[in-house]
Amino acid sequence: MAVKDYIRERFFPHLWCPGCGHGTIMGAMIRAIENLEIKKRNIVIVSGIGCSSRICGYLDFHTLHTIHGRALAFATGVKLSRPELTVLAPMGDGDAFSIGGNHLIHAARRNIDITAIIMNNSIYGMTGGQYSPSTGYGDFATTAPYGNIDRPFDVVELAMGAGATFVARTTTYHVTSMIKIIEKAIKHKGFSIVEVLSQCPTYYGRKNKFASAVEMLKYYKTHTTPIGSKDKKNNLELIERGIFVEEQLPEYCEEYDKVIQKASQRGRDGKA
Amino acid sequence: MKKNVLFLQGNEACVEAALYAGLDFFAGYPITPSTEVAELLSYRLPRKGGKFIQMEDELSSMCAIIGASLTGKKTMTATSGPGFSLMQEALGFGVMTETPCVVLNVQRGGPSTGLPTSGSQGDIMQARWGTHGEHAIIALTASNNQDVFAMTVEAFNLSETFRSPVVLLLDEVVGHTREKLILPEPGEINVVERLKTSVPEGTDYHPYLPREDGRLPMSDFGHVHRYNVTGLAHDMWGFPSTNPEVVYELMRHLVDKIQGHTHEISMTKEFHVDEAEILLVSYGASARTALHVVEDRRQRGEKLGLLELQTLWPFPDEIVKKRCAAVECVIVVEMNMGQILHEVKRVSDNPEKVFLANRIDGSFIAPADILNILRIIQGKGA
Amino acid sequence: MERRRIIFSGSGGQGVITAAIIFAEAAVLYEGLNAVQSQSYGPEARGGASRSDVIISDTDIRFPKVIQPNILVCLTQEAYDTFSGLLRPGGLLITDNHYVRQGGKVDAKQVGLDMYSSVMEAIGRPIVFNICMLGAFVELTQLVKKESIMKVLKTRIPSGTLELNRQALELGVRLAKEFKQ
Repeated sequence: MAVKDYIRERFFPHLWCPGCGHGTIMGAMIRAIENLEIKKRNIVIVSGIGCSSRICGYLDFHTLHTIHGRALAFATGVKLSRPELTVLAPMGDGDAFSIGGNHLIHAARRNIDITAIIMNNSIYGMTGGQYSPSTGYGDFATTAPYGNIDRPFDVVELAMGAGATFVARTTTYHVTSMIKIIEKAIKHKGFSIVEVLSQCPTYYGRKNKFASAVEMLKYYKTHTTPIGSKDKKNNLELIERGIFVEEQLPEYCEEYDKVIQKASQRGRDGKA
Repeated sequence: MKKNVLFLQGNEACVEAALYAGLDFFAGYPITPSTEVAELLSYRLPRKGGKFIQMEDELSSMCAIIGASLTGKKTMTATSGPGFSLMQEALGFGVMTETPCVVLNVQRGGPSTGLPTSGSQGDIMQARWGTHGEHAIIALTASNNQDVFAMTVEAFNLSETFRSPVVLLLDEVVGHTREKLILPEPGEINVVERLKTSVPEGTDYHPYLPREDGRLPMSDFGHVHRYNVTGLAHDMWGFPSTNPEVVYELMRHLVDKIQGHTHEISMTKEFHVDEAEILLVSYGASARTALHVVEDRRQRGEKLGLLELQTLWPFPDEIVKKRCAAVECVIVVEMNMGQILHEVKRVSDNPEKVFLANRIDGSFIAPADILNILRIIQGKGA
Repeated sequence: MERRRIIFSGSGGQGVITAAIIFAEAAVLYEGLNAVQSQSYGPEARGGASRSDVIISDTDIRFPKVIQPNILVCLTQEAYDTFSGLLRPGGLLITDNHYVRQGGKVDAKQVGLDMYSSVMEAIGRPIVFNICMLGAFVELTQLVKKESIMKVLKTRIPSGTLELNRQALELGVRLAKEFKQ
């Protein structure tokens, strides 16, 4: 099918600003789903609040646009009650690391088969450019007029610490590899986190002396490097991208099926 | 046939009823005095192939039951005081997206951590207005195990009929008191199943275009119809809209579908009201003390009656108004500082004849608390 | 029957709440009576004083708490000191001689039994002290049959300890009978 077969044309044009990276991520998600040949009716997209969350309205799947930070909590309800559905949770960095940080680490700990795609633009875009937990130290934002003094999360380390069984990072510059990574993340049986660095020229870019979206994309090109590359050894400032963790551990819904089996083997009095 | 008689706590009676009503999915977080509900369901639900999950907090519990409900399951969470506060935002999402689910709040003393192991009825207004924005809500309560069972089944039924979260307001006393429950046979109490769309694949399904009777047939996630669910104001497709006409229609629908059916939702019990000169109005555990006083005083020839409310929201205006008009005075009996008192005064033609007998210190309201007010009203001195 | 209001009291770990539940359940499930049982929750349930209220009647029970009991069981001195003043005049007060020294001032039929020491002597397991108390309680009050208590025990406890509990129940019945003579 063509890309337009996966979108709800009725609701276009979308509300993302010119130059925003989020549309690129939406395109990559569609292409990954197309490559995996998953039926549209078997896919549920669950988002939170903010620029990222609007992806729900545009995609022609079952879509659930929830409340700030709670996408993974709703997604957990969807997935556990209907494990046969493929559940994707595109979220912003505010959703995932700030207000919803708790749900992120607990979904990772449970290893429930949900694909979290974190559209990280290092800023709160919808509310007008306030700093987020992934805004860099010293960066500027509408609530950090003197420079940000918060230290940002290293998302990859956070995900690994929480026990996620699939952890990856990519950027909106590296579209081909982003599609492949999302494909692998969806196929992965268990909780997967894909961080996508996504440019916000309107707020983050303007506040931090990026002349344009193109400048920001060039930055992703020059300031990132594949995991374990020689460049990283020479320049520790480079951000690594690729798949950091990919391991098989018991998945939550399958574990619960075992609970159902155990429970149904007991007699009415509760004895085996 | 011998009836199946059980001896159990109110919280356990609620679990029996939820399973009777077809509960498939429960998400919750431990909190006194509601925890028995989660404990028992963690044991019972998987035995019927249902799902139980202990979430990381109450916010996520409320979210998870809405997510699960959208896949076509009957869902529920259970909490108390502080947990109910945490659920308020997602409860509003359930209202806005018209997602059926049942939220049990076994009330304890508040505000804040308050009195975790004491009974209270302090969350009546929170159930009504706890989530932000104009909206309508259904809230039920019960005073004994048999009624806990009936009202729990009714909570599921109303949530399906009106596509709305339903709040079930029990309290520590009802939740923890052990007494008899005669377990109804299957079919003895009506169980409402979800109304699902008959629109075939390929034909437009409008998830948020009410039928003429105001009802909205649902389509499960995973079924042929793919649509958008959002907490934003939305049009008939479920797509966000700021168009004033669209928003107006949505707001009217959300409120009217419940307020406009108050008479169908209103459930009360009446004890000796026809010949009463003094009417007690009460609900939940307090109604047990009120009924004790009514029966006791009637033996001495005093003309007391009790109107027990089982539906708290939407408030049963007409019934209360009619019953208040027929008596000389009214005493509202509750464990708060007058949350239902104000409603009774609002609908009564003689609000100056409506009095409060209450208890707010964590002790269960005793007959003496009502008798003291009664003595003053009867001119016998304090 | 006349309505009976009962308080079982003692300290956490003695099993007074369990005993109250077993008694009330026996009344409801096997004697066709109504019973309402409640208990104090909170930190006291993790040790310290514990109390459980039971009301038993052949008609509906509305108010579920006990303000003035007709029957009071105290298994510790602290419980006796706290609750003996609540007893209705002419009521029944049951205490254990090992734990409680009765003051004698309470206007009640006072029954002090050697339940704990007998359990330790005859069975050697303090865990069934509460069941021995129930045996004495049903013999003294005649509110439910001891067979009904056994029926509840069969559904509630591991079958391996049933005989132990039966012995404790019978021991309590015997102690009460001896006292009555």
